[in-house]
Amino acid sequence: MATFYFSDKPIGASSAYARLAGVVGNLFVRRHTESLKYYQDFKPKVDWEVMLVVGVVGGAFLAAWLGGELTGEWLPTMWSARFGEDSLALRLGAAFIGGGLMAFDARLAGRCTSGHGISGTMQLSVGSWVAVACIFVGGIAPRY
Amino acid sequence: MLLLEDFTVIKVMLTAIVVGMIGVFGLNALGLVKLHIKPTRYAANVLGGLLFGVGFALLAYCPGTGAAALGQGNFDALAGILGLMVGSLYAESSELLDRTLLKWGDRGKLMLPELVRVSPAVFILVFAPLLVVILVILEQMTAR
Repeated sequence: MATFYFSDKPIGASSAYARLAGVVGNLFVRRHTESLKYYQDFKPKVDWEVMLVVGVVGGAFLAAWLGGELTGEWLPTMWSARFGEDSLALRLGAAFIGGGLMAFDARLAGRCTSGHGISGTMQLSVGSWVAVACIFVGGIAPRY
Repeated sequence: MLLLEDFTVIKVMLTAIVVGMIGVFGLNALGLVKLHIKPTRYAANVLGGLLFGVGFALLAYCPGTGAAALGQGNFDALAGILGLMVGSLYAESSELLDRTLLKWGDRGKLMLPELVRVSPAVFILVFAPLLVVILVILEQMTAR
């Protein structure tokens, strides 16, 4: 709500990663990156959403540090309880693939959990409600 | 959360939606903010949402909470963030998707009130209390 008022933008996180990837692409294969349609629509640069994500990392650190809740762990407790303590490679692999899937599909569906789930739904966008319902269906289904 | 044991995220989201919905449409009626509605594209919203959910289940963080998890000291989020950037190579295929999947079921900036043919104000008057009821029920269920 505040972001609507102050910056005339809805909140979201997923496209920050797309822009960051574009910045990296620009460093190595600039001509190829610039030829891609997505980056002609969304310039690869450090925009407000990238800074928002950076701020989230910093804010979470501050809060955890001040509250004495810094974890500093490579494996979530729930994970090691199920897959054992020596399953780091599996965890990182799953996290990497999961992240990749999410980024691709956030671009496909238009937004992510914050973008559709909060900014989109509060504006009563039909597509956002559909996407959020599907996110939960897709997320819960693999457990059964 | 996706094991349906912890409803914290859903409760936070619902609360944000109710508050944000009333706030954004209120400010919009006063002419203080503009709405930013993403187009509804049924095929892309459904497919992207479903696969996003699978990625969500694998990584266990969404693009926003992944950044927060990293700040808190959960280093496995790093692999997820790397995945998110690589997955953003969506840009590589965006031209093809623009011509196919994104065209299917494209309804433009469709809103829920338009779907049921009432004004946004009337819709919110019914919908916001309904969401609050769901919140209260969730709270009762998890309090036990």
